[in-house]
Amino acid sequence: MTDPTAETGTSPVSPEDPDHRSAFARMGDRRKRRIDELAEAGSLSDERGVSLWQSAWRRLRRDPVFLIGAVIILLFLIVALIAPWLAPHDPRARDLIGQVTPATPIPDPQPGYPLGGDNAGRDLLSRLIVGARQTLIVGVLATLGGLFGGLVLGTLAGGIGGWVDNIVMRVVDVMLSIPSLLMAFSIAAIFARPSQWTVILAIAIVQVPVFARLLRGSMISQRHSDHVLAARSLGVRAPAIVFRHMLPNSVGPVIVQGTLVLAVSIIDAAALSFLGLGNPDDSVPEWGQMLGRAQVFFNTYPHVAVYPALCIIVVALGFTLMGESLREALDPKSRR
Amino acid sequence: MTDRPGTSTYPSGEGEPLLSVRDLTVTFGRGAKAFRAVDAVSFDVRPGQTVGLVGESGCGKSVTSLAIMRLLPSRGNAVTGSVHFDGEDLLTLSDTQMRDRRGRDVAMIFQDPLSSLNPVVPLGVQVAEVLERHRGMNRGDAGRRAAELLDKVGIPDPTRRLKEYPHQLSGGMRQRALIAMALACEPRLLIADEPTTALDVTIQAQILALLKELVQESGTSLIMITHDLGVVAGLCDEVNVLYGGRIVERARRHDLFARPRHPYTGGLLASIPRLTEGKGRRLTPVPGSVADNIPWEGGCAFAPRCSSEIEVCRERTPELVPDHEGLGPDRLLRCHNPLESNPLDDAPSDEEVRA
Repeated sequence: MTDPTAETGTSPVSPEDPDHRSAFARMGDRRKRRIDELAEAGSLSDERGVSLWQSAWRRLRRDPVFLIGAVIILLFLIVALIAPWLAPHDPRARDLIGQVTPATPIPDPQPGYPLGGDNAGRDLLSRLIVGARQTLIVGVLATLGGLFGGLVLGTLAGGIGGWVDNIVMRVVDVMLSIPSLLMAFSIAAIFARPSQWTVILAIAIVQVPVFARLLRGSMISQRHSDHVLAARSLGVRAPAIVFRHMLPNSVGPVIVQGTLVLAVSIIDAAALSFLGLGNPDDSVPEWGQMLGRAQVFFNTYPHVAVYPALCIIVVALGFTLMGESLREALDPKSRR
Repeated sequence: MTDRPGTSTYPSGEGEPLLSVRDLTVTFGRGAKAFRAVDAVSFDVRPGQTVGLVGESGCGKSVTSLAIMRLLPSRGNAVTGSVHFDGEDLLTLSDTQMRDRRGRDVAMIFQDPLSSLNPVVPLGVQVAEVLERHRGMNRGDAGRRAAELLDKVGIPDPTRRLKEYPHQLSGGMRQRALIAMALACEPRLLIADEPTTALDVTIQAQILALLKELVQESGTSLIMITHDLGVVAGLCDEVNVLYGGRIVERARRHDLFARPRHPYTGGLLASIPRLTEGKGRRLTPVPGSVADNIPWEGGCAFAPRCSSEIEVCRERTPELVPDHEGLGPDRLLRCHNPLESNPLDDAPSDEEVRA
């Protein structure tokens, strides 16, 4: 009645479970096989199994929201990459300067210039296309900067804990208490000579606390997880616990946040440029800057502002859609 | 504390104990809210011996094991007493010294094999990690040894499995892998905390058979923590029954099953479903839950749920004393009114089935 092996005979054995063969039955024939396999055992890194990211990818492929976002971003990336060849005209050439008069400051759309020109007589379409590249550079670099800073601070806070955690998180709290855009303005305004680098730096710093707090939170939930306890029970040292057991299990939400922050970075960069805190040199077109310069003509020539605004909205939407569906796909609760 | 079992009441057995736990007490919280999860627990584990810690949820089994491993959170609890392992008090070691011993001298297997494995790291890296840590092996050697270990615990095609992630393995395989990790450095003591609870019955039996085989082969001592007396029956040499953080009965396995003395042990045995029982017959549970406990200070904590409660049970705390009336040597019992007969020998009385 209390012998556990007595119960096995009455229970059905699932055929797909390779465990159903008894441990003893297999002992004999395994020895021969082992010798052949030992040779290749050392190379653990090649040919890994299906990781969590791979299973997430399987779900994403069938997710229409993700696909729409991905198509937008893919188009954006392609345009940004081949912009100089795609643009019909030199974005700096003042081809239409002859048509700019005090009465008509914006050249109308015309053959060869489907969107018309800007108030300096430059082709609007070419400027939008080349502006994609600038927007991408600013958005990606600012996000990566914020991600890096957040990873460092979050790992310190969540991995070491104690007073380190306290100090880091109080700094983060202070940063979060200032509205992010306001802080980006303040940081960008510190620099006497604004450039695209000051924009990137300002936005990156603003994103750091978001990433740091997110990473710290998921690191702390990892610290009390069973597998960290199991690793500790095997005597694994603290750095290995943090970097092998806690960090890789915690970056999922941070990466997802990264795609969402890309959208925010692009919007923030546009906002900075719009307010004149961006690159003052308008020979390098950037969407936010174009939008800012166009506001003077908004009543009479709204299209000059609408086109860059539309570009910003669509690209930000693309990143947001991608980020949201990525978050869902990586959510352990919805995964099976 | 007036009722602590002194070391004098502990029966001296043959051979030097490998692990000697004395008056281990774990208190959570402090002041008025303090809760004693483990209360002056003492037991020995001799080399090669398998000792069971048995009891229901909340009786302090897991906390005992975590306290021995020093894996309880550093704040919010107090651990007193001593845990001598091979002559050294583990509770007084520095964190670094203790970390060196975990996995090398003392290892542990946990209840849920899926959540005990790191989901984003291939199995091979996780098994190899222990070897790299304690044996100083390089990645290649550790990988080859890891394959041998997986093979030893009965995982087919170990080289392929090493590259896989925990979620690609079945529950039984995961637990096998965890056993391989725990035994990788041939520890002298293994603590298994309900290692079969999360597995289905067929796999449970295999894992127990595997544990038994490995423990016998390597001479590892085993502390088996379980609520399942079936597990105890198949594996343990000596059984400690815990209730409310204290040991209420200790006996050798056969003696305990043949002649349970504490009403709680009797209740646990009576609650096991039996094939010989008539169809439609209700199971016999131990009535109530741990929440019904009264504190040990004022009497017997089990009294409110006890079927053989007498007046003195609520007035005086029973001591853990040698029990000479029970079957077999070295028995300890903490009860004012022990069972006189095995509850399994006859049908449960009306008192025992009261809800």
